Amino acid sequence: MKLIGRLYRHAPLATRNEITPKLGFALTVLLALAWLIPFLWMGVATLRPASDGINLMAELVPSLKPTLDNIRDAWEIGDFPRYFLNTTIICTGILLVQFVTITLAGFAFARLDFAGKTPIFYLFLMQLMLVPVLLIVPNLRLVAQLGLYDTLAGVMMPFFASAFGTFLMRQAFEAIPTELEDAALIDGASLFQRIRHIYVPLSIPSFSAFAIISVTSHWNDFLWPLMVINSPDKRPLTVGLSVFTRTAEGTQAWGTIAAGTLMVIAPLLITFLIFQKRFISSFVTSGIK
Amino acid sequence: MSLAEPAALPVAASTPPRLHIVTRFTARFRASLPAYLLLLPSLVFLALFTYGAMGRVLIDALYQRATPKAPLRFVGLDNIAAVLADPAFTGAVVNNLIYAVGTAVPSIGLALLFALALARTNAVTSTLRAALFLPVLIPMVAASALFLFIFLPNVGLLDYYMGRLLPVLPNWLGDPDIALYAIMIITIWKNAGYYMLFFLAGLQSVPEDVMEAAHLDGAGPFMRLRYIILPELKPTFLFVTVIATLNAVTQVDHVFVLTQGGPSNATNLVLFYIYQQAVEHYDIGMASAATLLTLAALMALTALSFRTMANREGGP
Repeated sequence: MKLIGRLYRHAPLATRNEITPKLGFALTVLLALAWLIPFLWMGVATLRPASDGINLMAELVPSLKPTLDNIRDAWEIGDFPRYFLNTTIICTGILLVQFVTITLAGFAFARLDFAGKTPIFYLFLMQLMLVPVLLIVPNLRLVAQLGLYDTLAGVMMPFFASAFGTFLMRQAFEAIPTELEDAALIDGASLFQRIRHIYVPLSIPSFSAFAIISVTSHWNDFLWPLMVINSPDKRPLTVGLSVFTRTAEGTQAWGTIAAGTLMVIAPLLITFLIFQKRFISSFVTSGIK
Repeated sequence: MSLAEPAALPVAASTPPRLHIVTRFTARFRASLPAYLLLLPSLVFLALFTYGAMGRVLIDALYQRATPKAPLRFVGLDNIAAVLADPAFTGAVVNNLIYAVGTAVPSIGLALLFALALARTNAVTSTLRAALFLPVLIPMVAASALFLFIFLPNVGLLDYYMGRLLPVLPNWLGDPDIALYAIMIITIWKNAGYYMLFFLAGLQSVPEDVMEAAHLDGAGPFMRLRYIILPELKPTFLFVTVIATLNAVTQVDHVFVLTQGGPSNATNLVLFYIYQQAVEHYDIGMASAATLLTLAALMALTALSFRTMANREGGP
């Protein structure tokens, strides 16, 4: 309680001396700990030897004889390196194309005046409201018609244009002083040269914010790749994990499921722990849209 | 030669007005061409996968096949009528409504609590924030894999620890009366930390001096929350509610991993129903009709919320 009292003295005005101020803060601390329990179980279960039996599986106190057997089993049962590669290809492919499309479109909206600017802008805005996940049925049919069923390109294509990314880049480009561009114009720089040498380098923070949002969301995508991909060797991590979980569930191999889950979420979690601030500010931006 | 310019004007005016408009139009188009070229890559993909998809849903909903291989037959609004008459669909809609309210209200409430408690930045609060934010980053499928064990009857985490407190334990995912609430716990766990970020951002616009002044005037903490903080957070509330509603309709990965819509359709949500119709029953007509109805409902909701938001901003 003394610790909570000390932490609480630094609490913001908004909460200080609230009706049940200490209670509110203490509740948040408790819930934050509760929030970590699934992660804690995952870690403990991954290292628990199978000899501990199913009855101790739920024990959150780590085993005294930790083992890496579960990780090895998960690695052998599921084709995780392949899943990793597929997810990496999907995320990188989407991001690279998005960088091109959002830079060009963002620049047009930020710096050029053209006929029909407002209606076209609203057309982009509409994509934010339409919720792409709901359009899986027509998009699956289109991907099949294009001969891209069961290909990674088919998984990527619907995300190549991003209204959110376009708005983000438009905002970033608008903040760049026009004097810089004027100077380049006098030097005879072409449109693409100006974008490439002035606008892009000065907007790196916005690009990285967008990259975080884009990679996180497509790393975690499940339903769409589940529908497009048929061959086991083209599965991304999420689809691979769901198949793996179903297989291991039948044999009650909970330690292996925990290990598999750990492998799937570790890369993003580690990246997050390193770049925490950047992640959080990107996610806040993603809400501004 | 400066006199030559005004002299040129009558010549321009003598061209027929119609042609004048056309030349002006082409000139405007020519000036706009670079912008169009820059927008083209984005517009191609948007046209294919967003606007085109919308149109195809509309058309697909009007057609039906007797068997997967049979030719398309125009059936008008029959698909929509069939979907509306399908107890599985209406059940999914009801489930989805319960799910939407039951996940949005607790996760937004918790998010507000977290944000209020963790608004000031120091080492402790940022650690707690990170702990609450972690579930946002992991795939729903991975969260489901973890909760599969948490909800496991008898030996699972929940029963293992709660078994000491409660005499009778429910079968979390196996009981039709409980399964929907069980998967709602996962959603709340996963989203509260996300919504917290928006409240944290919103709290920054609460002026500290107003809070200070209210404090000096003897306004209690409840008064300050009620009359200063919450009104300031209104746009955030609205925004987060829209996001939470969209999430309730678009996040179904846990249904795939944990329950497959069961037991006896108790956890069937609208998007899972659409998936079932399209992929399991090969019934594109029904799937499209269900998609159309869902899209219409969501767009009406979003439009309504935008209007409310616009009215609020324009209001006093």
